[in-house]
Amino acid sequence: MPISNETKNFHFLQRAGFGVNTNMLTTLAEVNTKELVKKNISAAQEPPVYLDKVNNSIKEMITNRQEDAKMKGEELGKNLKKELTAQEKRQIQVQSREDLKNLNLLWLDTMVKDAAPLREKMALFWHGHFASRQINVYYQQLLLHEIRKNAVGNFGDLLKAVSKSASMLSFLNNQQNRKLKPNENFAREVMELFTLGRGNYTEIDIKEAARAFTGWGFRLDGSFVFRQALHDDGVKTIFGKTGNFTGDDVLEMLLQNPQTAIHITEKIYRFFVNDVIDVKQVKYLADKFYKSNYNITTLLTEIFNSQWFYEAKNMGCIIKSPVALLVGIRKLLPMEIENPQIQLLLQRALGQTLFYPPNVAGWPGGEAWIDSSSLMLRLRLPQYIKDDDSIAIAVKTDDDVQMGMMENQQLNKPKIGKNYGGNQIRANVNWETFAAQFDKVPREALYTTLEKVVIPTKASPINANAVQAQANAGTRLSYIQSITIALMCTPEYQLS
Amino acid sequence: MLIKRRNFLQIGSLASASLMLPKLLKAFENPNLIKVPQGNKVLIVLQFNGGNDGLNTVVPISNDIYYKLRPKIAIDKSKALGLTDEVGLHPSLTALKELYNNGELSILNNVGYDNPDRSHFRSMDIWQTASKSNETWQTGWLGRYLDTQCANCDKPTQALELDDTLSLAMKGAKQKALALKDPKKLFAQSQEKYLKTLAAAHHHQDHEKPVDYLYKTMAETISSAEYIYKQSNIRPSLASYPNTELAKSFKTISSLVLSDVNTKVYYVSLGSFDTHVNQENTQQRLFNELNGAVDAFVKDMKANGRFEDILLMTFSEFGRRVGQNASGGTDHGTANNMFLMSGALKQKGLLNPMADLSNLIDGDLRYQVDFKSVYATVLRKWLGANDAEILGRQYDYLSFV
Repeated sequence: MPISNETKNFHFLQRAGFGVNTNMLTTLAEVNTKELVKKNISAAQEPPVYLDKVNNSIKEMITNRQEDAKMKGEELGKNLKKELTAQEKRQIQVQSREDLKNLNLLWLDTMVKDAAPLREKMALFWHGHFASRQINVYYQQLLLHEIRKNAVGNFGDLLKAVSKSASMLSFLNNQQNRKLKPNENFAREVMELFTLGRGNYTEIDIKEAARAFTGWGFRLDGSFVFRQALHDDGVKTIFGKTGNFTGDDVLEMLLQNPQTAIHITEKIYRFFVNDVIDVKQVKYLADKFYKSNYNITTLLTEIFNSQWFYEAKNMGCIIKSPVALLVGIRKLLPMEIENPQIQLLLQRALGQTLFYPPNVAGWPGGEAWIDSSSLMLRLRLPQYIKDDDSIAIAVKTDDDVQMGMMENQQLNKPKIGKNYGGNQIRANVNWETFAAQFDKVPREALYTTLEKVVIPTKASPINANAVQAQANAGTRLSYIQSITIALMCTPEYQLS
Repeated sequence: MLIKRRNFLQIGSLASASLMLPKLLKAFENPNLIKVPQGNKVLIVLQFNGGNDGLNTVVPISNDIYYKLRPKIAIDKSKALGLTDEVGLHPSLTALKELYNNGELSILNNVGYDNPDRSHFRSMDIWQTASKSNETWQTGWLGRYLDTQCANCDKPTQALELDDTLSLAMKGAKQKALALKDPKKLFAQSQEKYLKTLAAAHHHQDHEKPVDYLYKTMAETISSAEYIYKQSNIRPSLASYPNTELAKSFKTISSLVLSDVNTKVYYVSLGSFDTHVNQENTQQRLFNELNGAVDAFVKDMKANGRFEDILLMTFSEFGRRVGQNASGGTDHGTANNMFLMSGALKQKGLLNPMADLSNLIDGDLRYQVDFKSVYATVLRKWLGANDAEILGRQYDYLSFV
């Protein structure tokens, strides 16, 4: 059966974003897919608004230090550790913990509402690719901005910006990477995870590259600083080449290696197209990507304008990440969430909290999202939203986040989820607005239409009888409501 | 007529293929079919979240350096539960002291790994995946145990975590354990008619796609939740347990063990032990909870003649620094001790010397025993599994079991 234009558009908007806005649900049949792709790509190229949730107390601390240093004529950041007292560091940690929650929710809102969902989807990809779990909210916020700014730009620029970010340098211990006392963490991850992928370098390459990155650090304000005195400027041999290489040289060498294009393309393919790689397609794409000097837009345009992207086997085959699932629900159903912090609890319980990747490799994705408990929660989630039910879930403690502060909370014996705005999703769904999209749809076509907009790309036929058995046929509105929720509670809804 | 299990499973799988119910679990639903005899060994892993302070757990009561570096928080020799002239347990751990006296407790000191990481999540990752500290693995050691056990499905096994969410330790590449806080709750959740209808009607295709994986997980959850709930009611534990979270979990484990559920591994956590401030109260409160739960559980198992089948192992992602900090607590450290409790220990008591506090690295303990050796021992000698395959390397075995 040929795939309709409408289905293709739904497919594109699910993959290149987080689904379709409520008011667009019944308008996609007449839209030209190529035009839609073009429109979304140019929107993604617009510079993003800076997402800022850092508390003024942190900013003031940094500004004050800068001014102090200026007055004394010192270079800020020369001796980072002596700049902040233990109490100030603690203060930043405590404040960061709160601010990171707010930044998380702000970014989530941006994914729901921003006019450039492709930029945010791509940024979400890079957020997992360049995974950094670093407690300082200011550095995290700066890194997020670099990632959003370069999301569909040039991969080389992005790689360099991330590598020189305070967040990553700190997370991968490059502040401790010094001449004669090299720390290999950054050099290893930049090759294994950010560029070449496992098996494409030797341990000697890592050791030597670590020497090239010595002296790379950051100032208190997050800006990059090259500390000449800590840099090992001796001769290194990396990838068979010998010279007085610097960190910048190493990044250039990594970009010159076509394996980097292959590795990145494979990951992008698995994220946007199919977890199962088509070797021929990836090879073609990687070649284009490399020849374009790592232009991410070129790569995405190739994917979204290809025939194969819209083939049935590439539809409904990607398990939505928890963040994509939550954002998708909010795009489909117009809603106000009274206790937005509940979304943090959901992210934790479902296994993906923004800014807290499980490790430097990011979220593994795919089937790793699903175990019996996460699936049960996913299948019940729409019901929770509809009924304001309590979520009977306790998430595991996270000592990196709690930092020994659990004690006070435990003594007070709070109800589960207190820090997450309760354990009830208090969402007011505007069902009238949702239902109004289908005003022109005759009653007998309502089910088919709802199935089409809620689960537009199906990996297998929906069990319509089972779904319709859930219908509350009292009114047109209650019918739409009950069918929509029942559709969202299916395994098929977990896929895009 | 004697039907071999393997044959039955094949027949059973034909009958239920369209339902996509997992073959083994489907077989479990007939309680007469698989009767786990006494002697079915069970591993219980108890995780101390947050980095438990090992030095105030197994206390070097005659060590001057210990008392010098911890003027405020050291445990007084007179209060510690003396095991030897040199070693005492935290005063709250009376049940463990009793186990020690009975030869049912082993203490392994200075357990850790190369290049220790002081981040909670990273170090926990390392312990749960059993990777080296410069490797990032995506599957847990007990998950991979499930993977190998179910590859030939000769010995069907299940692993359960007593929690609402599943730990990485319990996630394999192909198999994942089941997380449940309470069999009744999971049963109620998974038996919703709508979900059951959807699961029953799904016809999976030969080539397994993600949608089939979702349906398979759903069917497995429904089926295992029912099996576990029903089994756990066959012989529920009648013993009395303290009214704490941990004790409730141990009571659930007891009911499952006594009902001969085919579970080999249980996973349960206690915390948070992240005692940067006010360590004394926190550790004491958590140890009281631990002590009460272990005490009740061990008595329960002994009364039912099953303590020989139990191996209870504790660990934490790291120990804490030797010196106290300025807030009446301790900061993140490195090597730590592990408890091993069982009625079938082959090597008892203190398995190795206490840490040498005069030989520290930057104020931290040196590790002597790789925790992967403990895993290898448990996998090979207790669970009869191929440890090298599961751990990716061959580690030395210890002799406690």
